[in-house]
Parts: sequence; structure tokens; C-alpha cells
Amino acid sequence: MKLSKHSYILLAPFFIIFFLFTVLPVMMSLALSFTNFNMLEFPRWTGWDNYVRLFVKDDVFLIALKNTFLFAAITGPISYLACFIFAWLINELPPKIRAFITLILYAPSIAGSAFMIWQIMFNGDSYGYFNAFLMKWGFITEPILWLQDPKYMLGIVMIVQLWLSLGTAFLAFIAGLQGIDQTLFEAGAMDGIRNRWQELWFITLPSMRPQLMFGAVIQLTTSFAVAEVSISLTGFPSTDYAAHTIVTHLMDFGTIRFEMGYASAIATVLFGLMIGMNLVTQRLLKKVGE
Amino acid sequence: MILRWLLPKRLNRSISVDILLFLMIGSVAAFMALPLVFAISNAFKPMDEIFVFPPRFFVRNPTLDNFFDLLHLFNDSWIPFSRYMFNTVFVAVVGTAGHVILASAAAYPLAKHHFPGKQLLFSMVVLSLMFSPHVTAIPNYMTMSWVGLIDNYGALILPAFGFSLGLYLMKQFMDQIPDVLLEAAKIDGATEYRIFWTIVMPMVKPAWLTLILFSFQRLWAANAGAQTFIYSEQLKTMDYAFSQIVQGGIARTGVFAAVTFLMMMVPIGVFILTQSNVMQTMSTSGMKD
Repeated sequence: MKLSKHSYILLAPFFIIFFLFTVLPVMMSLALSFTNFNMLEFPRWTGWDNYVRLFVKDDVFLIALKNTFLFAAITGPISYLACFIFAWLINELPPKIRAFITLILYAPSIAGSAFMIWQIMFNGDSYGYFNAFLMKWGFITEPILWLQDPKYMLGIVMIVQLWLSLGTAFLAFIAGLQGIDQTLFEAGAMDGIRNRWQELWFITLPSMRPQLMFGAVIQLTTSFAVAEVSISLTGFPSTDYAAHTIVTHLMDFGTIRFEMGYASAIATVLFGLMIGMNLVTQRLLKKVGE
Repeated sequence: MILRWLLPKRLNRSISVDILLFLMIGSVAAFMALPLVFAISNAFKPMDEIFVFPPRFFVRNPTLDNFFDLLHLFNDSWIPFSRYMFNTVFVAVVGTAGHVILASAAAYPLAKHHFPGKQLLFSMVVLSLMFSPHVTAIPNYMTMSWVGLIDNYGALILPAFGFSLGLYLMKQFMDQIPDVLLEAAKIDGATEYRIFWTIVMPMVKPAWLTLILFSFQRLWAANAGAQTFIYSEQLKTMDYAFSQIVQGGIARTGVFAAVTFLMMMVPIGVFILTQSNVMQTMSTSGMKD
């Protein structure tokens, strides 16, 4: 029991801050989602009104929900697979080259606002790199408004999101692959494994299941949280809400309209969605190689 | 054969598939690197090269003009660019230092002690990795105003201390420290705090270098959310100055490139310095069932 006292003292500073800025806000958000609150008057209890309004009356929210699911369903799995495939491919390169390619692939995800360079590349006038390139080679005669035309916006935000996606999970996968016991492969060859694909499925994947689960959490959470890229490239709100997501909807009500109760309901839906999808994915990944 | 050096002969590998896969990495690496090369090259382009049609990939006559323009641009406003830069550096350094110390201190008992509530605390940390900070943004604003942190560096720094990914990675890394080592120190009469500071901390150097990278990179980029907590111009960070420049439109393209260069090269530099340690830490990052 004496030991426990020291444990709690060591834990306290971090967890006080963690509770104050992570746990408490989640609970506040849940509570406020059942109220009407504008930051000035005391919150007024309204029951399920906010949720009813969200799913029944708010057409823009439904667009945001659809876009968020599109992002999650497309960039989520693609980025997850990409993280794994590239980690797996560069795993067999000599260490120096591996470190260099890791740097190139990982750099975009930590380069901060550098993704704004895509705005210049997809600029709507003829100085935008893509327009200039396509016009020079005669594919188009008029510049295309890439970032204002609802036809292209979602796709471009997805491309940029993918460009940013070889992040923490990618590093975890490389490290996980490096940590696999090499004798397993020799033993596998003795047991009749003939090619790299069998090796991948029967030895590599099961051996790094813990990293696969960690990576899934990181990629999934990011793929549901698309906002900054969408806002910076296509504007806020975007044309016809074509690149509107749950998070941008949340920002709209939380930081512009100050309808905090309603915004909290959006945040709660987002929270439920992210946690739910993560738990389902974790359950699925436990089956890998079984 | 350069190819054989790149891809030494191994079990269960055929050279043709090797070449195919190698080409694949090459093209993706090019796709990933291209925008960054653009960003770097643009930062050193003189005005006439930036607006040349069709746009050129590489710079012909490199110049530092854009960086000087960046300094001049803010001469007219009452906050010089160096102030935004100082704010960013200050927030990133203090926030990171505090985060590394607090997260390590909390990770040690979670990894090595037995006490009631341990499982619960760690599950909460894992659960917190499963949602993005957007969820907590609005209530956080209220908490901040209660604690009196609005328009204060603390609004950016304090929450950064409690960044849960750092605690998670640190705890996973500490798990592999052999218990015998800690037992021996205890028998010698060392206190828990002494064990933590003089035995555990030096052993987990790769982990805290990783925490430094992740925390520093997050604070350096300090995305839009942070801007809502700060009103005073002199407390705002570089990303705010950046968004102001972007709004300046096409005429600011050169300055924009210079800031982009500054914003991206610092975290990338930190990664280059810490890469091998980060990889060591990530090897213990897995989630156990």
C-alpha cells in the first residue's frame, strides 16, 4: 500500500491534465448535447431535440455524414493498406536506403501546413501546375476550377489526405516488421511455404498483429477527422458543401454560430462513430492469421 | 549488379517480382516527394520564376529574397514575424518538455507498479487514441475560460502536456525494462522517484526522443483549433501568420513558399535526428489483446 502512494503521486500530474482536457470534455459534450446553449445564458434542457434536428431536419449534416463516410471508407482502408504495403516493401532494402525512403514517405505527414502546396498545384487559373501541365500537353484548353468544382473537390481532398497518411502507423509497421524473428521464415520454408505471399499471410501478418491493431486505431481516427485539408483547400464552407464533413459541420456551429448544444450533439455523434468503428475494427483484426 | 546489392537474394523471393515491386515503391516515393520538392524549390525562386508560364519545376537562380520579404512584410504590421516565430518555438519547446516529463512519470507506475485502478487508467488512455481532439474542442473552450487560460500561452501548452499517444508509447516501451533491475535498486534503498529518474529514464531514451518528435511536430504545426483560444496578436503563433499570408493571395506566393519551407523543414529535421530511436520505440507500440 505504501508503494501505491508513490504510484499515484507519479501519475497525478499527467492524469489531472488528461482528465481536465480529455475525459471531462467528452462528458460535458455528452451532457450539453441535450441542451440549448449559446455561451451567454445557462444551458436549457431540451432532451433529444438536437439529435432529432440533426438527423431529420439538417440536410447539410446528412451531406457531411455522407462525405465523412466516403472519406473513411476510401482513405481509411487505402491509407492503412498503403502504410502496410510500403513498410513491407522497404523492409528488405539495405538499412541506409530503407531509412532514406522512410524519410521521404513519412515527411509529408509531419510537414505541417506544407500540404498547402497542393493548393498551388490545383489552382484554378492557368498558373496552377496541373492546369499548366494539362494545357501544355493539350489535354484541356480551358483551366479547370479544381478546388471550386464539386465534381473534383472530394477526390482532391482524398488525394491530399492520402498523401498525408503515411504517418505514425507506417513507422509502427516498419518497426514491427523489423522485429519479426527471422528463424520463423526459415521454419516456414521447411514447412512448405513457397512464395512471399504465403509467407506474408501465414508468418508476417500474425507476427505483427499488435502493430496492426495500433496502426488501425491511428489510421481510422484520422480518416474520420478530415477537416483542415478540406477547409484550407476548398474553403469553408465548400461549394455546395461538396467537401463538408462532420468536423467542419461541428466547427460551423461551434465556432461561428455559437450553438453549443447543437455542436455538442455533432461532437457526440462523431465520438460515438469513431469509438464504434475502432472497436469493430479491433475485433476484426484479432482474427488475422487465425 | 546494383540490383543485387539493393535486393540481396533471399528465401522465397523471385527477382522479377522484386523489380516490379521496386518500381512501385519508386513511383510512389516520387508522388510523395514531388510536392515537397516543389515547396522547397519555390522558396528559393525569384519573383519572375514563380510566375513563369508554364511553371518550372526546379529553381534556376536561387535567391533568399522570399525570406527577406517575409521579414519585411510584417514590418508594417505592429507584430514582427519574429514574434510569431518566437511564440511557436516557445510553445513547442515548453509544451514538449512538460509533456515528456509528465508522460514518463505517469508511464512508469503504469508499466511497473501494481495498484488499484491501473487497468482502468490505461484503458482510458487507449480509448482516447480512438477519437480526434475535435470532439473535445468546444467543452475545452469552456474549461479554459473557467481556469482563466483564454488568451494565455497556457491554453496551447497545458493541454499538450496531457497528449495521450505519448503516454501510450512510453508505457509500452517501459514494459520491456527487466523487473530484476528495479528490484535490485529497491534493495539498495533507492526511492521510487530515484529509480524513475536515474534508472528508468536513461533506459528509455529512444522513447522520450520519440515523444519529443511527436509532441514538437504537433505543437509546431499548431492547427486552427489553437487559434480560437488566443486573441492577442502578440501571443499568436506562426501558423496564424501563415494563414494571414495565404489570404494575401497570389502576390504573396513567394513569401508563402518561404513560410512553408520554415514550417516543414523543422519537424523533418527533428525526425532526421531522431529516426533510429523512433523506430526502436515504435517496435513496442503494438496493442496487446
